[in-house]
Amino acid sequence: MSKKTFVGPHDLTPIQFKDLSVILGQKIILDKINCKIKSNSITAVLGPNGAGKSIFLQTINGLFSIQSGRLNFNLMEINQEIRKQQAMVFQNPVLLRRTVIANLQFISNLRNKESNRLLKKILSKVGLEGYEKKPARLLSGGEKQRLSMARALIINPNLLLLDEPTANLDPYSLKLIEDLVLEENSIGKTIIFTTHDMSQAKRLATDVIFLNKGKVLEQTISKTFFKSPKTLEAQKYINGEILI
Amino acid sequence: MNILLEAFKQSFELVFTLNADLFEILLLSLKVSFFSLFFSCLLGLPLGTFLAIKNFWGRDIVLIFFNTMMGLPPVVVGLIVYLLISRSGPFGWLGILYTPTAMIIAQMILIIPIIVSLTAQTIEDIHQEYKSLFYSLVVPYHKAIIAYLFDARYLILTVMLAGFGRAISEVGAVIIVGGNIDHLTRVMTTTIALETSKGNLSLALALGIILLSIALITNFILISLKIRAKRRMYV
Repeated sequence: MSKKTFVGPHDLTPIQFKDLSVILGQKIILDKINCKIKSNSITAVLGPNGAGKSIFLQTINGLFSIQSGRLNFNLMEINQEIRKQQAMVFQNPVLLRRTVIANLQFISNLRNKESNRLLKKILSKVGLEGYEKKPARLLSGGEKQRLSMARALIINPNLLLLDEPTANLDPYSLKLIEDLVLEENSIGKTIIFTTHDMSQAKRLATDVIFLNKGKVLEQTISKTFFKSPKTLEAQKYINGEILI
Repeated sequence: MNILLEAFKQSFELVFTLNADLFEILLLSLKVSFFSLFFSCLLGLPLGTFLAIKNFWGRDIVLIFFNTMMGLPPVVVGLIVYLLISRSGPFGWLGILYTPTAMIIAQMILIIPIIVSLTAQTIEDIHQEYKSLFYSLVVPYHKAIIAYLFDARYLILTVMLAGFGRAISEVGAVIIVGGNIDHLTRVMTTTIALETSKGNLSLALALGIILLSIALITNFILISLKIRAKRRMYV
């Protein structure tokens, strides 16, 4: 099946990091990162805890300021218009103190003013049909994450950033989110996600970026990474050994 | 002791026989307090929210200023407003001295710091939770302020109650700028002060009972709403 190309106001890809550093307080979180994220790819950002995976995603989303280096989206510097074409799903979903449908309406009113019928369609896509009137914060962990995913889909983003979207989820929610990721990618969207689940990374990712201590140690296609990782750190990580 | 019991008896009679004077005073009190609260909220809620979510140089100084203003002595506010709106004052031409409008202005000066400070504290907590999401979604400030106020609506009710409590129980400022004129600017608190000084305890007590009842009813409604909101995890 050939991939359709997503036609947005701007194409955000390829995303290019050039000697990019992010420092929080005195600590270097991302250290002179150089990498490139291809158009229409699904990139898994892997690495041990504290490697800087979440900050990596949040930097792309503009949540952290860059101390040095450059981050380009199809040769453009990050700006509000570029950020509006991204959607981020956080590891711990932040939901508004409203009903499920009101959470979606907030985004819809903010951006594209979708009809309630379409919002309900998206809800059914994430398996939350019939939950419209339920207070969002009363949902289970999996349901919250699926609502968070629905919120991201309403934006109809060019670039979808997922920070451990399936951590601690039941198999149903996990499969549903993975299917959504593949579906969104099949319509030409670029997806970057972080995970500790190696089998998930193998299932979904076309490319892998391996981070350790804020540095990109490897960037390659997924199959190559899992078959023959170049660095000792990546080998240890895949084998479940502790990285010092 | 008998005098006190007699006063209680008379006060209940005044309330239950729907005494016209009593209800005129009551209605004016509610009107003045309601409008001063309404206008204070109109200014104070967005300002408090803005201070909670926007980092700028001098923000802490502004917050300290409003926190300090929460303890403003009402008589001082009354005196300042009096000087401003008295015939020889800069706003004397408005001709609002000894009118309910002057009382509303004086009460607003007392309530706005309460609304601003408590709103800022309330919204700051929600802001810690929402800020990454709102920044990620590129929510403009004016829409963020509305969203914060909406999502904090049950907590904001407590803020409003604090403002209303200050307004309805206030005497020092309204007696100076209102003049406690019968059938014009006489409100519950100024009547209580006047009638107590005259030794007419029954009317003073009746108004006291009504004041307490209002506080009780509003608190009851508020707590019921908050319990309902808590069950739905809206607070």
